[in-house]
Amino acid sequence: MFRSIEFINMRLLKIILGITAVGIPGFFGIKEIIADPVYFMELFLGGLTRGSIYALIALGYTMVYGIIQLINFAHGEIYMIGAMTALIVASVLGLWGWNSAVIAILAFVFAIVYSCAYGFTVEKIAYKPLRNAPRLSALISAIGMSLFLQNYVMLAQTPNFLPFESLIPDFEFWEPFAHIITAVEMTIIVTTVITMILLGILIKFTKIGKAMRATAQDKVMASLVGINVNNVISTTFVVGSATAAIGGVLIACHVGQINFFIGFLAGLKAFIAAVLGGIGSVPGAVLGSLVLGISESLFTGYFWSEYEDVFAFTILVIILIFRPSGILGKHEISKV
Amino acid sequence: MMLKLTDINTYYGNIHALKGINLEVSEGEIISLIGANGAGKSTTLMTTSGIVPAKRGTVIFKGQDITHVSPDKIVKMGICQVPEGRRIFPYLTVAENLDMGAFLRDDKDKIKDDIDYVYTLFPILADRRNQQGGTLSGGEQQMLAISRALMSKPKVLLLDEPSLGLAPIIVRQIFDIIKKINEEHKTTIFIVEQNANLALKAAHRGYVMENGVITLTDTGENLLSNEDVKKAYLGI
Repeated sequence: MFRSIEFINMRLLKIILGITAVGIPGFFGIKEIIADPVYFMELFLGGLTRGSIYALIALGYTMVYGIIQLINFAHGEIYMIGAMTALIVASVLGLWGWNSAVIAILAFVFAIVYSCAYGFTVEKIAYKPLRNAPRLSALISAIGMSLFLQNYVMLAQTPNFLPFESLIPDFEFWEPFAHIITAVEMTIIVTTVITMILLGILIKFTKIGKAMRATAQDKVMASLVGINVNNVISTTFVVGSATAAIGGVLIACHVGQINFFIGFLAGLKAFIAAVLGGIGSVPGAVLGSLVLGISESLFTGYFWSEYEDVFAFTILVIILIFRPSGILGKHEISKV
Repeated sequence: MMLKLTDINTYYGNIHALKGINLEVSEGEIISLIGANGAGKSTTLMTTSGIVPAKRGTVIFKGQDITHVSPDKIVKMGICQVPEGRRIFPYLTVAENLDMGAFLRDDKDKIKDDIDYVYTLFPILADRRNQQGGTLSGGEQQMLAISRALMSKPKVLLLDEPSLGLAPIIVRQIFDIIKKINEEHKTTIFIVEQNANLALKAAHRGYVMENGVITLTDTGENLLSNEDVKKAYLGI
């Protein structure tokens, strides 16, 4: 009987906490929205943009976790390498005086190819030899890889911020809406949506996509039907790296400057988003990213902008306490 | 000789699971391997499939040494396993599970014919084709597991405990299908079973295993009437 009372109290506590958490900001929120709807829209769309970038990175975390139960902490660096590659390609081609549309396309292509190559190599060097080692070893290896890549780029390029000239033009037809959402932000959202749809098709309908899901569910059985598990794992890293590279180039266009360190915080935020959505779940990563991006944007707009990062990490702590499996995550089912 | 295991020694870490197994399977045969829990029956199949490669000894398939060949290549050569516990992909649909069985094949039209064929073998699967594998009952999962293995067009089918946890009527149905597959397609079948009576009745030849060694081998009928086997495994 004592236990049941405890159980009810716990539930009650959760409900009260939930109502407070949603209700108070909700109440003030609605007041604010009515007072200045344009400002709200700006913040909302800004958050959507931010969330899109998180989503592009978070996919890599969640897919890799789904398949080998590893948090790939070097993933943020892959995103940074994507942005760096685009910067180098765009600068060189710009010097040669190439057409800006051609530069934009080539910068994206090179960024994706380079990031994929790095993602593939990182897995082969840092994780594959540890496939049967305890999970902690691979995690430490991931952190080591992250530090290595940061410092490698710092030494090979520069520790300073480099200006990144936007590859995306300010479309003229977009002028009338530009005060709410800029052309770059719009491009980010549209590109993300297209990437998500393509990725969804890849995972749901193609042979390799089904093999990825099968491998995530049961690696031994996957090899018993003839799937080369190592190839599938490599493919997962490559696909995740490609979306991260797209995110890297887009955010660089948006922010206008990059350095060797941008992958660290972006990677952590995307990781929070993936956990928020339910790590291992692809729709969860997208949902978690959008929720995190929008709430972060509203928080900084209406409350304290200096506490942006604190807010994100507070969310991480709250999820880990109250719902460790995330919004869409499944509770771990032990194998029969 | 279809499949020949010579002096197989397999270890899990320090545990010596198989201690010099010798075993032969001829083309078109049904072979049963019986024995108690932990005798090494499943390990024998896992070693054949390349999941837990042997430390010493050789596995020869159609004259080729496959002892250290990777599991996916072994499937490609024509040895397919239905593992213990069925191991259906729980979040893939029935149809997707069958697609995975045909992972190594490129002949799309024939894959379709084969899917239709397994649906005639097990009509219940056709009704459930869009349902997630994890939602099927134990018997349906076993049917799906066998169907998935058939999708790879195996020359040798390895079955690990096909009767495990199933109702007797379902078990009989599954063994009938196994015999049918053997007769119609000349598929060589290698069954590992704890249900010795059933397995030996279905088999042409049988092996008895104890603590990682083969202790007895004979035709299925002879083993059924063997006094030791009767006492130890048939409970007569």
